[in-house]
Amino acid sequence: MTTTDVKGAENAGDPSANEAVGHAAGAAPVAAQTALDDVETTAAPELEEENLTLPGQDSPATAALHRGARKRSFEVSDHEVPRSDVEEWRFTPLRRFAPLFEDVATDDREGDPAVDYQVTVPEGAPEAKTLAIGEAPRGTVLVPEDLTTALASARTEQALHLVAAKNAAYETPFRVDITGRGADRRGNAHLVLETEESSSAIFVLNHTGSAQYAQNVEIIAGDNSQMTVISVHDWDDDALHIATHHARVGRDAKLKHVAVTLGGSGVRLNSIGEYAAPGGEIEKLGLYFSDEDQFFENRLFVDHSAPHCTSNVAYKGALQGRKARSVWVGDVLIRKEAEGTNTYELNRNLVLTEGARADSVPNLEIETGEIEGAGHAAATGRFDDEQLFYLRARGIPEIEARRLVVRGFFAEIIQQIDVPEIRERLSAAIEDELARSMN
Amino acid sequence: MSILEIKNLHATVETPEGTKEILKGVDLTIRSGETHAIMGPNGSGKSTLAYAIAGHPKYEITGGEVTLDGEDVLEMSVDERARAGLFLAMQYPVEVPGVTVSNFLRTAKTAIDGEAPSLRTWVKDVKGAMDDLKMDPVFAERNVNEGFSGGEKKRHEILQMQLLKPGIAILDETDSGLDVDALRIVSEGINRAKQETEVGVMLITHYTRILQYVKPDYVHVFVGGRIAEQGGPELAERLEAEGYDRFLVEA
Repeated sequence: MTTTDVKGAENAGDPSANEAVGHAAGAAPVAAQTALDDVETTAAPELEEENLTLPGQDSPATAALHRGARKRSFEVSDHEVPRSDVEEWRFTPLRRFAPLFEDVATDDREGDPAVDYQVTVPEGAPEAKTLAIGEAPRGTVLVPEDLTTALASARTEQALHLVAAKNAAYETPFRVDITGRGADRRGNAHLVLETEESSSAIFVLNHTGSAQYAQNVEIIAGDNSQMTVISVHDWDDDALHIATHHARVGRDAKLKHVAVTLGGSGVRLNSIGEYAAPGGEIEKLGLYFSDEDQFFENRLFVDHSAPHCTSNVAYKGALQGRKARSVWVGDVLIRKEAEGTNTYELNRNLVLTEGARADSVPNLEIETGEIEGAGHAAATGRFDDEQLFYLRARGIPEIEARRLVVRGFFAEIIQQIDVPEIRERLSAAIEDELARSMN
Repeated sequence: MSILEIKNLHATVETPEGTKEILKGVDLTIRSGETHAIMGPNGSGKSTLAYAIAGHPKYEITGGEVTLDGEDVLEMSVDERARAGLFLAMQYPVEVPGVTVSNFLRTAKTAIDGEAPSLRTWVKDVKGAMDDLKMDPVFAERNVNEGFSGGEKKRHEILQMQLLKPGIAILDETDSGLDVDALRIVSEGINRAKQETEVGVMLITHYTRILQYVKPDYVHVFVGGRIAEQGGPELAERLEAEGYDRFLVEA
């Protein structure tokens, strides 16, 4: 059984939602191509595009999508300063992020680091260690694909290395509290998070304060391990942050990666996942809430490089206020050797006020017909009038009804975060954000 | 004691072809304890009447008046109407992802009563009402209408009517698409609410079948955006035998 279809609207009764939904399983590219031509692109202020490339197709329009072929190098000089005419950067406000394209050292001063790190390891876990440039496993998974990532790598002499020991399971998370100590101060960082064979651990990276922060997070999930990485970006309003998270998942290992962005002037996360062997599972969850003048970008790449692996991506964002911006680009590549792949990615955005804009682009590249399933969905909508009417027709005042809808919108993501403290903090943060716009 | 009075109500809707008048002068009065069946062919404007009374933004009221106990309903917002004692059981209840039935019911009850219900009695009331409607307790932890079958959605609507205790309830095609068992359960729920709260019911339906279970005091034939004929339960029997053709010709 092979089916391929792409449909324009998931819910015809809901004119407020613009849906782009695609599915592909097996090889039936001809029908897909025809259907795809009929998909209407949507008008501003929200934008969804979708790109589906199937075996045997190659056109100038899709060539840019060959994400897996992107150049990787530790050499800073191998990377150009980002330009807006390059696909990778076309949504990003480059002027705002300009400080992070400069080759400068971390702005540490005597007794006054640019960025403060508080590291907590669970009881019984190995102490935090460091890795020099070139010292494995540092650099075995994350090889820079862009200038800022190369700078962060080159400018970090000692990378923090946290390890969950073989066969160990920890009750509490590894935790790194990262506090920026000045919006005009540069911080460069490289972190290596590792779960050894058959271990089970949660890693929390918690970002607050302000900085100009170039950060690499190298994630190594050993064979048969269970790893959760939760990165919370709760910066002050003037912080800039460009991060690359690059994960490799071992045989039968499972990685749950959670990216939460609530604060900062500009936060751009490039989150890459790949598989070292069959049986791996990657789940990428994300939540963002962009306010006035905030720019949050999430770029994801799941590289299905081994057979019988699964990936599931679900990101949800809300936007409110003038010039609140979000960008979500989800690339999934199913390589020729990745038979039996099962993948789905979803992005939903809720635009709460006028003047905000969300861009959402799922890209699916399939090089083999022998897959179990591949699909994606992206949608940006305003408040659903029918939902609000239904709640209000039960006596619930409009403000309360809106709160219920937004809370409900995020609940699906929040419920999947395994750390109660973070769940509660996110729920509270969302209440705060809503109080700001609705009272 | 509640009284809903609708006088010469006119309403329009915007369509791609332009503004269209759907309600063309509706007159109807419903008091506590009374059950009025509104019967009519598809497209006659029955549902529009329900949504216009509830205040759906899609419909513009262009003439006439609606009062509840003398208060001008048309001046009220959607939620004010509900808090004043109006309830609309919808034909197509809306999914609200991430909001559980139990949270939704408690929030609505708190809004309608102006204070949170006493926890102990509330839990008991919800459980009792769900039992009556043959709803599994796990239902309370599911998201509102998400993945509900047609019958579950309708039972959930009647559950809300029982718990929120409105003065006047408008039931929009609550019987459509139900099998006999589900129809019986839903009808029993309506009858229980009538017994317990003296609710006045506007029962909008396309079919006569539900009238075997919920006995109307009055039957109104709704055609072409207004009430074409009214009478007692015997009018329903006549419709059963003759259909709507007679009225359609006249319209």
